[in-house]
Amino acid sequence: MSAVTSKDLKAEAKGLNFFYGSVHALKNISLPIERRKVTALIGPSGCGKTTFLRCFNRMHDLYPHNRYEGEILLYPDNVNIISPEIDPIEVRMQISMVFQKPNPFPKTIYENVAYGLRVRGTRKKQVIDERVEKSLRGAALWEEVKDRLHNLAFDLSGGQQQRLCIARALATDPRILLFDEPTSALDPIATSKIEELIIELKNEVTIIIVTHNMQQAARVSDYTSFMYIGEIIEYDRTDKIFTAPSSKLTEDYITGRFG
Amino acid sequence: MEDIKKRIAHIKFWNGLFQVVGLLSTFVGLVLLFTLMADLFTDGAPRLSYKFFTSFPSRFAEEAGILSAWVGSCLVLLVTACAAIPLGVAAGIYLEEYASKNRLTDLIEINIANLAGVPSIVYGLLALGLFVYFFEFGESILTGGLALALLILPMVIMATRESIRAIPNSIREASYAMGATKWQTVKWHVLPYSTGGVLTGIIIGLSRAIGETAPIITVGALTFIAFLPTPPVSSDFPFISFKWLFDPFTVMPIQMFNWVSRPQKEFQLNAAAAGIVLMGMTLLMNGVAIYIRYKFRKKIKW
Repeated sequence: MSAVTSKDLKAEAKGLNFFYGSVHALKNISLPIERRKVTALIGPSGCGKTTFLRCFNRMHDLYPHNRYEGEILLYPDNVNIISPEIDPIEVRMQISMVFQKPNPFPKTIYENVAYGLRVRGTRKKQVIDERVEKSLRGAALWEEVKDRLHNLAFDLSGGQQQRLCIARALATDPRILLFDEPTSALDPIATSKIEELIIELKNEVTIIIVTHNMQQAARVSDYTSFMYIGEIIEYDRTDKIFTAPSSKLTEDYITGRFG
Repeated sequence: MEDIKKRIAHIKFWNGLFQVVGLLSTFVGLVLLFTLMADLFTDGAPRLSYKFFTSFPSRFAEEAGILSAWVGSCLVLLVTACAAIPLGVAAGIYLEEYASKNRLTDLIEINIANLAGVPSIVYGLLALGLFVYFFEFGESILTGGLALALLILPMVIMATRESIRAIPNSIREASYAMGATKWQTVKWHVLPYSTGGVLTGIIIGLSRAIGETAPIITVGALTFIAFLPTPPVSSDFPFISFKWLFDPFTVMPIQMFNWVSRPQKEFQLNAAAAGIVLMGMTLLMNGVAIYIRYKFRKKIKW
């Protein structure tokens, strides 16, 4: 299926099926995730792109009656992260997530970024201080908040809050960063800042982004996967998908004929 | 056209009528309440003095006070709070955050809601059987406090659950996505963000408990008591004593009941004065609850 031949993979889904109770939401999905590249998941509402994304950090384990089948391998260790023997907490500690709506904690800016370290039991103030600064710089937020680290995160604007959430996700050096429609609640200016940031971040971390916005996928991603009713219809280099898709369905979707 | 005007007039008549009825109903309630309070105050206010708070009950109405009653009420409430808060909050958190949603939890949920409506004297009977006869705590402050704790436990559980439910799920997901365990999420998010609602529920529960008479009488509180419980701190080793837990006691409403049931007019005045104090305590607690709710609402808005 894949027209891409790179061997530098960070993760790979192989024959992944996912069930919400009796609903078969993801059907036999296979997808390579290239290391330090941005992979976009696009498709109409309800196609399963967010469901697929949430498999990568085992968010489905939080709710009952959800079931995975198949494999998502994390390289280079070759571990199947959806296997029941793997503790979801172990997976989430390595694969961070940024959500659709900015969801900072009602705590200070500093505490929001430090959260992942606190969860891991880091106590040393110096270590936390350094990491908070590094993450905020990484999320292009440091200059705006460095003088008010101990103000409440809720005082920030929507776009700043989302960058704060990115900083929070970065603070623990994740191996993969998941974005679930990160700009759908933001205005165009905040959106473009987040997009620039995502392009910047792929130098350091592998990124998977779900987006309903095809221009966004075209702007930020290296690879794009088009999903439809729980299946992957097409996966290719982003420029290829948007200029010369091989599937009629993909073409219809990206030209706006449905979706 | 005429027809429509007539109909509108007709409809408006009923609209206006209900407004009047509603207003009258409101006034009946308010006027009764104010008359009651005014009556209580004219009777009781002259008896309120420093001495009234520092005297034991007495055969002579003018010398009688509420010392043993308010000390008893406070101590009983302390026991109630110490028992009901940890139990109720822990149960509420368990039901909301840990328990899976199934038939059993549904059943538990319905039962807790029903327990809140069980008449208080039934709790008194339960406490009499359980704490007085089975555990042999005696007719003590401990028994009284635990009886009231049983009474307000459902209220505390429900208040805890309500305020936990108000926390958006996105916050929990954010925490779990960072690799947090359930306990870390509860400790750092669920508990702190629900504190306002939980405290409010607890205080409302306690302010109900302070006025309860039936269960306290059932477990055998005395109606006339002219000594204080053993002090909890002393100058001798080991300085802290829990003997007060097992001392006999009385509480404010029982003291009032005792005075009301006497024929002499002077004792009725004492009862009114004690009523003012009791009402003041309740109002104070409700005021604190409202303040806490206001403060926490201001701090956290989702």
